[in-house]
Amino acid sequence: MYKRIYVLKFPKENIDRPIICKLVKEYDVEFNIIKADINLQQEGLIVLELIGRKANVETGLSYLRSVGVKVEKVAAGIRRDDDKCFQCGACTGICPTTALSIKRPEMAVLFDPEKCSGCGLCVAVCPVRAMAVCLEERVALTAAG
Amino acid sequence: MGSQQVVKSIEEINARIRSGEAVVVTAEEMISIVRKKGAVEAARKIDVVTTGTFSPMCSSGAFINFGHVTPTFKAAKVALNRVPAYGGLAAVDIYIGATEPTEDDPLNKVFPGEFRYGGGHVIEDLVAGREVVLEGSGYGTDCYPNRSLVKSFTLADLPFALLCNPRNCYQNYNCAINLSDKTIYTYMGTLKAKGRNATYCSAGQLSPMLNDPYYRTIGLGTRIFLGGGEGYVTWHGTQHNPAAPRGENGVPVRPAGTLMLQGDLKQMSSRWLKGISMQGYGCTLAVGVGVPIPILNEEIAAFTGVSDEEIFTQVVDYSHDYSHGIARNYGEVSYADLKSGRIEVNGKSVQTAPLSSVVRAREIAETLKKWIDDDGFELGVPVKMLPNGT
Repeated sequence: MYKRIYVLKFPKENIDRPIICKLVKEYDVEFNIIKADINLQQEGLIVLELIGRKANVETGLSYLRSVGVKVEKVAAGIRRDDDKCFQCGACTGICPTTALSIKRPEMAVLFDPEKCSGCGLCVAVCPVRAMAVCLEERVALTAAG
Repeated sequence: MGSQQVVKSIEEINARIRSGEAVVVTAEEMISIVRKKGAVEAARKIDVVTTGTFSPMCSSGAFINFGHVTPTFKAAKVALNRVPAYGGLAAVDIYIGATEPTEDDPLNKVFPGEFRYGGGHVIEDLVAGREVVLEGSGYGTDCYPNRSLVKSFTLADLPFALLCNPRNCYQNYNCAINLSDKTIYTYMGTLKAKGRNATYCSAGQLSPMLNDPYYRTIGLGTRIFLGGGEGYVTWHGTQHNPAAPRGENGVPVRPAGTLMLQGDLKQMSSRWLKGISMQGYGCTLAVGVGVPIPILNEEIAAFTGVSDEEIFTQVVDYSHDYSHGIARNYGEVSYADLKSGRIEVNGKSVQTAPLSSVVRAREIAETLKKWIDDDGFELGVPVKMLPNGT
């Protein structure tokens, strides 16, 4: 099973079309909405986890691009600054994928980047701002710059 | 107290520390010792139990004297890194409070605010050795003619810096839940709607005042681990409430006692004083505190043997009840339940998340043990006990 997270940017002229619905029906791709910011007359943004056979996900993405949706892949781009983190555990109550979890009985706060969906909820919740998001593109740009 | 089989004094324990014979264990280690040997035997064998807690603690701050300048200056308004401090003390004495936000912080205008920098962060920057900029204005007097001052300094440059926290180390605290239908942002963290998560903030069995529930040993002059350095209990804290309801073991089941703590900021570390930003609430300071408890008799040995299963707190709704002062709760849960990751509220299983670092609390208790064992850290003899409700 292929599972990846994408940032989809919808042009404002397409915002009222049932695009994701078609992705499911015609390409047999399941989805999990991580974040959605959709306003009529404006560009929409959805962070979506796509789950399915790799070929289906890829043809589904081609379909999205063909209707004007900008597709960006999210790498597991959340990082934890272990010097800042004091392992309080506040993030574990808000992390939707258990990428941030508590090891018991020690009560150590663990971060598993493999499970991270990149939703970014932990960034603002962390009391010492130890979590930082870096999308793949931005990392590349920084490296190039 | 006359019926105790074991009777030791703090002076006797200090003599044993000086001769390297004192037996010191952490509050976690004490649990199995009391269970296996009983309180009397534990009291004979153990001299000191070390505790620890590391979590956001509002009501923290620092007194700073930034030194006289020429021409002389008397601060009327003053800010450190653009965080306002209180200057109404004397010419160059100020107090910087942990929850003070930066002057131009947008606060909650775009909700929930981020509160990225405040008084707690200034204190962290100082103990980290980073330079801090003071900007002040005065109204000018014959003896203090200077009307404005901009001055950069590090902690080492300051003539005097005292961490002075009017309320730390809360003896127990609420478990917070949100029963409304929208997410709320509180000093207890982000609480999801309809009671889908719960937060709590205590080190439980490692927490200082839960190991000495009636303040039999902790008083004015108790020497402690504070912010990575040495500090003292200097009074009971604000909101100290020894009359809070208690369980049969004497441990309060509601927020109860508190401590006022002081220590020289110059010997503290940014590992143990951290500026905190609570989304939608504000800034504060995470403070590391460890209190050594002298095992003077078997009653105190029994108290320090307390475990998470025997410490309870109430579940409080922070969407309505807390803010409206309604004394209602949604049941009591133990810290063993809370630390398991799930509790039951209104018949539903709810995920829990801590705000207090158990890993760091344990490290403080271990550090304090090492200070006593290796560095001859002696216990302070209290000159006055805290109000205990009797």
